[in-house]
This record gives sequence, C-alpha cells and structure tokens, in this order.
Amino acid sequence: MKFGRIVLPALNLFALVLLWELAVRLLNLPSFILPAPSAILAKMIEQAPALWRNSLFTLYESVAGFGLSVLLGVPIAIAIAWSSYLRNTLYPILLLFQSIPKTAIAPLFILWFGYGDTSKIIIAFLVAFFPIVVDTATGLMSADNDMVDLVRSLKSARWQEFLHIRLPYALPAFFSGAKVAITLAVIGAVIGEFVGASNGLGYLILLSTSSLQTALVFACLIILALQGIALFYLVELVEWLVLPWNRKAQPYDVETAFNAAGRGG
Amino acid sequence: MRHVCKIYPPRSRRGQPVLAIADITFDVIQGEFVSIVGPSGCGKSTLLRMLAGLLPISGGEICVNGYPVRGPHSDIGIVFQSPTLLKWRSVLDNVLLPIDILRRSRSEFKERAEELLRLVGLWDFRDDYPNVLSGGMQQRVALCRALIHDPSLLVMDEPFGALDAFTREEMNLELLKLWAQRRKTVLFITHSIAEAVLLSDRVIVLSPRPSVVDSIFVIQLPRPRTAHMQYSDAFQEYAQRIRERIGIARVVVEPVDDASS
Repeated sequence: MKFGRIVLPALNLFALVLLWELAVRLLNLPSFILPAPSAILAKMIEQAPALWRNSLFTLYESVAGFGLSVLLGVPIAIAIAWSSYLRNTLYPILLLFQSIPKTAIAPLFILWFGYGDTSKIIIAFLVAFFPIVVDTATGLMSADNDMVDLVRSLKSARWQEFLHIRLPYALPAFFSGAKVAITLAVIGAVIGEFVGASNGLGYLILLSTSSLQTALVFACLIILALQGIALFYLVELVEWLVLPWNRKAQPYDVETAFNAAGRGG
Repeated sequence: MRHVCKIYPPRSRRGQPVLAIADITFDVIQGEFVSIVGPSGCGKSTLLRMLAGLLPISGGEICVNGYPVRGPHSDIGIVFQSPTLLKWRSVLDNVLLPIDILRRSRSEFKERAEELLRLVGLWDFRDDYPNVLSGGMQQRVALCRALIHDPSLLVMDEPFGALDAFTREEMNLELLKLWAQRRKTVLFITHSIAEAVLLSDRVIVLSPRPSVVDSIFVIQLPRPRTAHMQYSDAFQEYAQRIRERIGIARVVVEPVDDASS
C-alpha cells in the first residue's frame, strides 16, 4: 500500500530526473535550451531569496483570488439554487463570461487595475469562480427529494431547508469545485503576471526567458508546481477536517488529486 | 378526535391532465392502524404527499384532527421507503431534526429521544454517523425521528420495502410494539399483503389508476399479534381475499386503460 502509493512514484520520479541529467550531459545540450536538473537545483539555491519573494507574491495573489471566488461564488450558487427566476437570469450571464477566454481579457484588467497585485487577484478570481458556482449550485439542487419533503412537512421555512438539508448536502460538491478552483487560481495569477507585472513567478519567468536564463525558468516552474500541489492538498485537508461524515476515500488520494488537477489543466 | 379523509383529486400535470386518484373516501379512527395496499402506480404516494400537505389537493378534502389540510401541518410523522437520514448528523441529531426544524428546545426532547432510541435498541449508537448502521437500523432511526415531535398521525410509505425478509418481519413486530405503547394513528402504505394483514386493524385496497377505494377489510385477529399468526387459517383467509380483490381490480380496469392509451 505505502510502497505502491509513495515509494513507487518517488522512484519513478527519481529515475526520470536521472535520465534527464544523463541526456543533457551525454547529448551536450546547451543550458539555455535544456538545463540539467543539477544546474536547476544550483540556480534555485543561488537565487533562493528572489524565488522566495516572488513565489510569495504569486501565492498571495492566487489564494486571495481563490478566497474571493469562494466568498462570491457560494452566495451566487445559493441564489441560483434558491429561485428558478434567479437561475434563469444568472446562468446565461455567467456562461457568457465563462466563454470569454480569461487570457484575452487579462490586458483589460491590467489597464483598469494597474500593474500591482489587484489586477492579478481579480484575474485569479475570475478563473476560479466558475467551478465553485457550478459545482456548489449543482450540489444544492441535487439534495434528496424525500429529505426535502420530510423537512417541508414540518412547516419548515425556506432558509431551514437550505441550512439543514441543502447546504450540508452540497458541501462535498463545493469542495470538489474548490479543488479545481485553487489550481485554476494559480494559473490565473500567472496569466496576470505574464500580461503585466513587476513581481511574481510569472514575471520572473518572462524576465529570465528574455535573458536566456532557462535554469531559472525551470526553477520557477518547479516552485509553481509545488505550490499548486500544496494548495490542492490544503483544500483536501480542510475538506477532510470539515466533513468527517464523508471520509470514505483516504484524504491523500493520488488518483482524485490527479483527476481534479486534470480538470483544471 | 377523528381523522376524516376524503379526496377527489384529478391531479393535472403539464400538458394532459392525469387523473391519478379519482375518488378516495375513508375514515381513520384515532389510534387505529390502517394499511393501504394496491397495485403499483395507484397513487399511494400521491395520497401520502397530499395528506402531509406537500401536494395540493385538486378536489375534495383531507381532514386531520378535524381540520382540513391546507399545507404542511407538522402533526404528522413520515417514514419513507429509504431511511433518508442526514449523513452529516449523528444518530441522535437525526432523531432530533424535527425539533430543530420546529424550533423547539432540544433539551426538552432529549429524554424522549433517549426513550425512543432505547426502545429500538440504538441508544448505544447515538453518537455514530448513520453510515455505520445497517439498513434496518437506519430505518429504526427514521422511525424514532418520525415520532420525536409526538405527532398524532404516523404515515409510512413502504417503510420496510427495501429490507430483507428477516429484518422486515423483525421491524414489523417492533413497529407493533411501539404502536401498542404509543397508540398513534398509523397509515401504512405497503405492497405486501401479508404485512398489511399482520399489522392492521383495517386494510384498504385501492384500485389501479385512476384509483378509488376498491374494498376495505376489517382484520379481526387478536392482539398482540405475533409472527406465528401468519400461519393461522384466519390470517391466510384474509390474505387470500385481499389478493383476490387486487386481482379483480386489475382485471376490471386494465382493458379500460388499454382503450384509452
């Protein structure tokens, strides 16, 4: 069990890195095309302060954007589930916004909110927002009919139906949306930094690409990947803690992690 | 107190109106155990939802405790075929759900919850989540939940239909025990003729859609009833007669159904 889930993937990864190192050395590839893992590691240590500072920026932007998407997405999901009138008005608008590529409107947000972190937070929020709304609304609306009838037969108010039945029922769906959203938020933040920024890993990638410091680009990529994984598991951990009644699967399930991250791709 | 139930609802749906229940009239006396049997699709569940005030009545009137039903009235406890427990609430919290919805004080009903759970032998599981319980145990919790707010009417929609035969028989006897103690009025919807005969004071046979009351059987078996009674001649005779009525009701109405469709 432990072997299959932890040791084996680790060995695979190690073999892959070794292969990479050997390939670079044997084929004598120039380091600005493909740096060796050892060179990347050396660069990471050398540039540690800059990497640390910039990754904190990106982390802050993605988490803030994600937080905003939860803060606004959940009430909108409730509104959608609450009345068919709101559902019919809000859904088409949401869909319209969702079908505009965020990369395409990112320059606009830089124009409106400047080069600072506000524009990145808003882009991260926009990217993360949709899965939260859709998954939560779906969860809210798919509560068991008999259950709802039972509560209604007790003269329940509408808010009681939501508080006692629909909201708890929707929590697992919300969390699966949140896991997609958190990985998307990182992407959103980096998109924002690509378009215009003076801080962050996205900015550092652009800067080092233009000066052919490919090892630094790879260092940024590795940190971004680690950041995404850490955030994903953080959400999964929160889910595990908040939903003790829903602990069927083990909290650190590689397969679900992979699937959710794949959806975010 | 007398439960007078009278229903004439042509229940219309989008497009063509469907006459689900044509004309059903029957009384249930307080403290009586009445079963409703009938072929599937005869509107038993519709009847239940109208009785609970969850569906509007299209014609006629349903009275509970002498008052006509105009909407949900909370003087009713419902048990569905599936236990429909909230998996995020412990067993005890599930039983107390109606108390939370009715916004009454939990502490007032704690004792009653304990009494009910002890009665069905699940007090030791009070802090567990429902998913650790078997189907029969979950349905027992649902039964406690239906009784916690002391409704005068207990309505059960094929409550043991999803359980295996042994558990089902056990649950039937337990229900009788509970009923003997509490003397609730029980309206029990079932597919099983044997179950209906074993439990009830009266068995109401409904015809297929559009349903009417086909016949009413008064079951004069002595109480307390035991599982053993199922093998008595009297029991077998009741079951046989009810089976015949359901059979006849089918044969008479089916050709009409074919012609109309």
